Amino acid sequence: MEYMTIDGIKVPIEDEKNILSLIRKAGIDIPTFCYHSDLSIYGACRMCMVEDDRGRMFASCSEQPRPGMVIHTNTKKLQQYRKLIIELLLSAHCRDCTTCTKNGMCELQSLAYRVGVHAVRFTNNKEELPIDMSSNCIVRDPNKCILCGDCVRTCSENQGIGAIDFAHRGSKMQITPAFGANLCDTDCVGCGQCAVVCPTAAISIRTNVTEVWDAIEDPKKRVVAQIAPAVRIAVGDKFGLPKGVNAMGKLVKALRIMGFDEVYDTNFGADLTVMEESKEFAERLKSGENLPLFTSCCPAWVKFCENRYPEFTKNISTCRSPMSMFSPVIKEYFAEKDKEEGKETYNVAIMPCTAKKAEILRTDNCTGDRQDTDIVITTQEIIRMIRQVGIKFENLESEACDMPFSMASGGASIFGITGGVTEAVLRYMSPEKDHTAIENIKYSGIRGKAGFKEASVTFGDRTLNIAVVHGLKNASDLIEDIKAGKAHYDFVEVMACRRGCILGGGQPVPMGPATRTARMDGIYQVDQLSSIRYTDENPLIDHIWNDIIKGREHELLHRNM
Amino acid sequence: MLDRSFFEKADEFIAAHGKGKESLIPIMQDIQAEYRYIPPELLTYVAKNIGITEAKAYSVATFYENFSFDSKGKYVIKVCDGTACHVRKSTLILERLRKELGLSEKKNTTDDMMFTVETVSCLGACGLAPVMTVNDVVHPAMTPDKVSETIKKIKEDEA
Repeated sequence: MEYMTIDGIKVPIEDEKNILSLIRKAGIDIPTFCYHSDLSIYGACRMCMVEDDRGRMFASCSEQPRPGMVIHTNTKKLQQYRKLIIELLLSAHCRDCTTCTKNGMCELQSLAYRVGVHAVRFTNNKEELPIDMSSNCIVRDPNKCILCGDCVRTCSENQGIGAIDFAHRGSKMQITPAFGANLCDTDCVGCGQCAVVCPTAAISIRTNVTEVWDAIEDPKKRVVAQIAPAVRIAVGDKFGLPKGVNAMGKLVKALRIMGFDEVYDTNFGADLTVMEESKEFAERLKSGENLPLFTSCCPAWVKFCENRYPEFTKNISTCRSPMSMFSPVIKEYFAEKDKEEGKETYNVAIMPCTAKKAEILRTDNCTGDRQDTDIVITTQEIIRMIRQVGIKFENLESEACDMPFSMASGGASIFGITGGVTEAVLRYMSPEKDHTAIENIKYSGIRGKAGFKEASVTFGDRTLNIAVVHGLKNASDLIEDIKAGKAHYDFVEVMACRRGCILGGGQPVPMGPATRTARMDGIYQVDQLSSIRYTDENPLIDHIWNDIIKGREHELLHRNM
Repeated sequence: MLDRSFFEKADEFIAAHGKGKESLIPIMQDIQAEYRYIPPELLTYVAKNIGITEAKAYSVATFYENFSFDSKGKYVIKVCDGTACHVRKSTLILERLRKELGLSEKKNTTDDMMFTVETVSCLGACGLAPVMTVNDVVHPAMTPDKVSETIKKIKEDEA
């Protein structure tokens, strides 16, 4: 084994691609703004500078480790260097920290504190730029941008969209859509991955917390919450619970304290989706039309397909997403009671996703003129609401959701992770319903973090070819292959965010490697511990089908095209 | 909406330089040589055709001071404000030009689309400072009065 020396610690060199990874392996939290392990190396922020034993300084993110190297990460020179960079960044930065949405979570703020910048000597003579509020999903405030370029690289490298990029030069440089357009006029799909990597509030989630408080305050409104599969394993993050722990019970309790009238589980909606999507898949297999069937749960993907590959929109399942199937069912369920009590049911969906904020406004997700989901708030926003109330979340007792929408299958619970939708559909379609069948599907190749996964599953005399992709760049590569006739599939699952909703744009940040693994394990744990693993074993489904849906599947559960 | 001839011209340039992303700058140069500016719709069109995003094309175009999205006057006057010209009082040249033509830092093209006044960082003719160019014809050792004369002459020729 070969070694290098970091701050006097001997660190073995394994397959690390840069010195920065080794520094972190040595247990030193070297600061960075522009480094993300799954993006290309940019080397712009100069925070990760180190000094070698000859006094030369270089950025550790873009330097290969060499055996015998001796480096220091925290010399006097480096301290002064970092401090000056932060001071210069702050000098051209909106410093209204107390009223900023990122207050307390901002990496610039915390680094300024850490390196000890107590005053800024330079005046800010940057022209104030307008805030872009045009998107329903995210807000862009160029006055808070530090030009690290993380959003630009995420949007183009991971998502293959490139809605924003650097423009102009020198002190006039900014990150913007072409010609300074508003985000709503670009190809932006609202996935929010740019907000995930943004160290400041230059790109942040568009918040709808006020609307929710207003609804709770309104006695005429029956405020119903539904909680998405991926929220429960991330919400505890900010309250000191171990990463990836299922905090559903505590979240339900917290929502009741906050004043929600009913609390339901979106997993039930996912079971509805499994039923409908499987049916649709079986029909398409029979007719041979519009194959492969693309999943439709991810609104960012649906929008991406519409923007980039309109010729493939007919392949997208007509099913609404679990949230958008569940909301009309809730409204139908309370329709009579609402009339009797003179109330109005108000659906609040708690989602890991920013794109859902736009999905609910789509006319194809409405039943007639009725908007079925009234508002979407992200995991980050519900965390903020819990804090506003002052609930000690970590100490809450767990409670179960309200009937009749509290029971769901394990298959539904894994909708929040890449491969989950496929797995649930396959379980439903499998003629065998025993433990071996579940294990066979599990190990068919649809699980795991690879950006592109393939599997072949045989049911009876039919072999199904399946592809699972996450990250829209991977989706677009796959479609190009399908277009070129190089790939043939029956079923394709796409999720816009890498690893699926567990790392969605609305989830608590940061989402480093440990968090990613913990969330993956956490969501599979929910499935493992479910007594019902197959959607068709959910005893509530029959009741809903007979008493609420009553043959109106196409009106309530599908997108009206 | 841009006339169809613009897009046909762009097609020609794209064909001449190839459809790779490396063709972006030569294509933009050709467009600017043809129209004295880059019509924004045309940049979008080119980006789409050579397989890069509109935002990336905009990024490249705005990096270079030379590319412009605003249509320019018939006479493009560039005042050098490089070090040599600056110390030899190029500011006075610029001020006189703007005064004569009723222009400012924000507004650099006259309403009749006759004149555009720009500053450039160095024209590489430091020995002739202060320098300005009118449609790439070099006018050396300028003084404010020579500016007025030049403008007067152009206006007379045009009348």
